[in-house]
Amino acid sequence: MSADQLLAFETDCHLFKGCGFPAPSVWSFIFEPIATVGPVEINKPMLLAVIGSIVIMGFFWAAFAKPKVVPGKLQMVAETLYDFVHRGVAREIMGKKGEPFVPLLVSLFFFVWMLNLWAVIPLAQFPASSIIAYPVGLALIVWVTYMTVTFRTNGFVGGIRNLCVPSGLPKPIYAILTPIEFISNIFVRPFTLAVRLFANMFAGHILILIFTIATWYMLGTVLGTVYASASFVLTLVLTVFELFIQALQAYVFTVLTATYLSQALEEAH
Amino acid sequence: MMYLAAEEAQNPLLPVWPEIVIGLICFSIVFFVFAKKLLPNINQVLEERREAIEGGIEKADAAQAEAQSVLEQYKAQLAEARHEAARLRQEAQEQGAVIIQEMRAEGQRQREEIIAAGHTQIEADRKAAASALRQDVGSLATVLAGKLVGESLEDHARQSGTVDRFLGELEAKAEAVR
Repeated sequence: MSADQLLAFETDCHLFKGCGFPAPSVWSFIFEPIATVGPVEINKPMLLAVIGSIVIMGFFWAAFAKPKVVPGKLQMVAETLYDFVHRGVAREIMGKKGEPFVPLLVSLFFFVWMLNLWAVIPLAQFPASSIIAYPVGLALIVWVTYMTVTFRTNGFVGGIRNLCVPSGLPKPIYAILTPIEFISNIFVRPFTLAVRLFANMFAGHILILIFTIATWYMLGTVLGTVYASASFVLTLVLTVFELFIQALQAYVFTVLTATYLSQALEEAH
Repeated sequence: MMYLAAEEAQNPLLPVWPEIVIGLICFSIVFFVFAKKLLPNINQVLEERREAIEGGIEKADAAQAEAQSVLEQYKAQLAEARHEAARLRQEAQEQGAVIIQEMRAEGQRQREEIIAAGHTQIEADRKAAASALRQDVGSLATVLAGKLVGESLEDHARQSGTVDRFLGELEAKAEAVR
């Protein structure tokens, strides 16, 4: 194992010991397999994704399995969350036509949020969505849905027009705009959808790691402890900030999905 | 993921298939649980709640409409009662006027009757007085004339009816003046 692969506290490096800061690296996002099931090596993010799904389903099952007309506390909370996506995203962006896509949007929002939330949950403390495979998988689902809806609503030619030819512009502009729209809608959109979520969570995790490691690294001497406490406060602040970013990214992911789908549902002009 | 050489870090921008597949499976399960079970459940309940609330509103509307109709009814009855009272008052006034009129007429009639009776009485008295006076004036005048003449004229006067004739002339004159 190289020095990079060691966890910071395994290096026994502290400030004023003439030893460099063990900064977090790519290795912070790479885990030893916990177990091997057939050809698949199970690692921590996978476990978090599975447990996260169970948590989401458990929570909403408890709330919605036997719903009551006069709701209890749990149902009320779950209803508020559901209503946020249903009314705040689906109805707001797609209108009545968005009704069939509500389950997709609801599960996307809570799945992404849960994967993000793992970053601040003790013991887990790792956002599964900072492993790019998970955002890519979700973006794939969105892309397939987006394409299917586009071509099913408009037919093949209409679908291409919908994707490449925005309406109501002077003719010469289409010469430039059509290829841009084509690339943007078909390639860039799913790519940015995945990368945006991944990069936000990746960066957020690294930020928290830096200040957590710094707190530990600067301990040991009196002066170092003063520095360390400042770093610790920043860790807390960043954790709160991350809580906000996690929900925001889940929201952005869902809103963009709804926006794409609502464009796909637009009749060709 | 440490796949091949443990020393070579996996590029964090390259997704690996097992993770994509696991992610997709997890998401699919969540999606199907939401789509098939939980969201239909909650939507049905939300719909029921909406209906319950709307039912309540409808009930309230019905109650209000009923109250309104009862109010109208009361108002109509009140107006009718007022009308009736006014009518009765009017009638009483009219009746009172008629009664007063009748009493006045009766009074007038009685007064006239009394006056007429009085007149008749006076006339009768006057006639009686006049005839008595005639007798007395005749005899007194005869007696007086006899004294002046120096002989009794009573028998002569009685026989000739001079006195009566004179008095009759006087009366005729008075009649003519009147």
